[in-house]
Amino acid sequence: MAFLRRIQRSDFIYYFFRDPVAYISFFILLALFVSAFAAPLIAPHNPYDPTTIDIMDSELPPVWSSEGSARFLLGTDDMGRDMLSTMLYGMRISIIIGLGAVFLQAAIGIVVGLLSGYIRRLDAILMRIADVQLSFSTYMIAIFIGATFQMMFGVANYEKIAAPLLIFIIGLAEWPQYARTVRASVLAERRKEYVEAARVIGLSRLRIMWRHILPNTLSPVLVISTVQVANAIMSEAALSFLGLGMPQNKPSLGSLITSGFEYIFSGTWWITIFPGILLVVLVLVINLLGDWIRDYLNPKLYKG
Amino acid sequence: MDKLLTINNLNVDFTLRSTTLRAVNNVSLSVNKSERLGIVGESGAGKSVLGFSIINLISKPGRIASGTVMLQGEEISSYTYEQMRQIRGNRISMIFQDPMMTLNPVLTIGEQMRETINAHASMSAADVDAICLEKLRKVYIPSPEKRLDQYPHEFSGGMRQRIIIAISLLTNPSLIIADEPTTALDVTIQAEIMDLLLELCETEHMGLILITHDLAVVSQVTQRIAVMYAGSIVEQGATEQLITNPQHPYTKGLLGALPQRASRDGRLNQIPGVMPGLAKIPEGCSFRNRCSLAADICLTQPVLEEKTSGSQVACHMVK
Repeated sequence: MAFLRRIQRSDFIYYFFRDPVAYISFFILLALFVSAFAAPLIAPHNPYDPTTIDIMDSELPPVWSSEGSARFLLGTDDMGRDMLSTMLYGMRISIIIGLGAVFLQAAIGIVVGLLSGYIRRLDAILMRIADVQLSFSTYMIAIFIGATFQMMFGVANYEKIAAPLLIFIIGLAEWPQYARTVRASVLAERRKEYVEAARVIGLSRLRIMWRHILPNTLSPVLVISTVQVANAIMSEAALSFLGLGMPQNKPSLGSLITSGFEYIFSGTWWITIFPGILLVVLVLVINLLGDWIRDYLNPKLYKG
Repeated sequence: MDKLLTINNLNVDFTLRSTTLRAVNNVSLSVNKSERLGIVGESGAGKSVLGFSIINLISKPGRIASGTVMLQGEEISSYTYEQMRQIRGNRISMIFQDPMMTLNPVLTIGEQMRETINAHASMSAADVDAICLEKLRKVYIPSPEKRLDQYPHEFSGGMRQRIIIAISLLTNPSLIIADEPTTALDVTIQAEIMDLLLELCETEHMGLILITHDLAVVSQVTQRIAVMYAGSIVEQGATEQLITNPQHPYTKGLLGALPQRASRDGRLNQIPGVMPGLAKIPEGCSFRNRCSLAADICLTQPVLEEKTSGSQVACHMVK
């Protein structure tokens, strides 16, 4: 309760409601999150249940076109699944993979960044490892690992582990972003007198790093986290588009876009366009919110 | 008398590429139990380095080249990092110059105080809080129960320095090293903080090493003063003795430079020249280039020895 009251008193809320971009983005994002995670409750159909899917319903256009059916608001895809329901379920997968990957990135990156910033002996080696990691593109690593797994375990098994694997791949490929950001802040913080004071008190190095320095480096971490969530969702969509992401029977937004892409020239535009719009809106509002948080946390940039 | 801290022939070196600079040169000092010692000198004289070398926390590339530091008979200068960690903040506390910087901005002062106790003792949370409150009352923080949950930015500069003093008291140390504790504060608060330190040292029977360039402050608080110049102690003696009857030309110059001593309309007195950088300390007496008494004999290094006045002075020209 004390925490809530402190938030209420802080100027965070005040500035938030003064900036229409901030609160509109936030409420759109909130609506998207809620509808994604409440998909089993609010979606009109269950796209994972083959018994409810009828191939005869395939490629029906949205309800407002003359051939549309009232049962399928946004039409159906090539397998006869309701587009709206599939998109909601797909968005849930995209968000889970995005958050999971960022969580993994942050966990690795923060630990590496702290260690290399505070313990100078480890700096050179850890940062060179990060440089090597950064010199491979995310997609290259993902394609390599994804293709290897598909060959080793077969496509059927791959489908079962696709989501955790994508989290692992995207998380592993992007951790140097965190490591570099945290290291830079740690280098600035470790010179400050409160760190010296903590050493004089006789605290252990681990405790100084974790309790004293880390909390002071968290605001840039917060800012890059928003950007990284958006990036991870996009990476996942791109990988799925290339056929290395989520399988067709458990589609994410990316795999939905791919599956519709084959039909776009035959006039069935909705299978690609709707998930595409949803993906763009999702990534856009996350990035807008991230920008706002960056401005808020940096008084030098704040225009209000 | 009971010796609390003894420093014997301490040398601290900073190695920069190929040159080695001596920041603390052959310093010997001692502090008796519940005695207050002032270390005075210009900026760069090596006062702070000396303070840090006592708890073996000189930042790289500095290191103790030779000499020993004894705390209550234990040779702490030979302790390992882990052993030293049990001394720091426990038996020796340190207070820094800028109270705005020495508290962590993202932790409440309660968290920072509890942490200090927990680093050195294991006791129940209620006992820890009781100690925190007791020490906050000692430094006259009003309604300490509420204050524990506040962040450093909710306090004024003087209050923060009092909180820092409270933190340094938490483990009942036998020695406090205060490194220019009032420099960043305004004059009225300075007096308040110095009075508080003085009072606490007396009631808690703690030794104090007060590092400062402010002669007025040391003369009020300390019993003994050591004057440092370019890494060495040039004069050491009882406060009264040293202030009223300075022997070393540098000490005389410092005291003469106090604004109170200047004539009303005239210019302020000053010591000609500036203190040499560590790389350019002249051979022999390090002060000879600025000294009005300098003679040929000053080309050899003077030793710190007791003179007729009763103070220890490192000067050939003082009898």
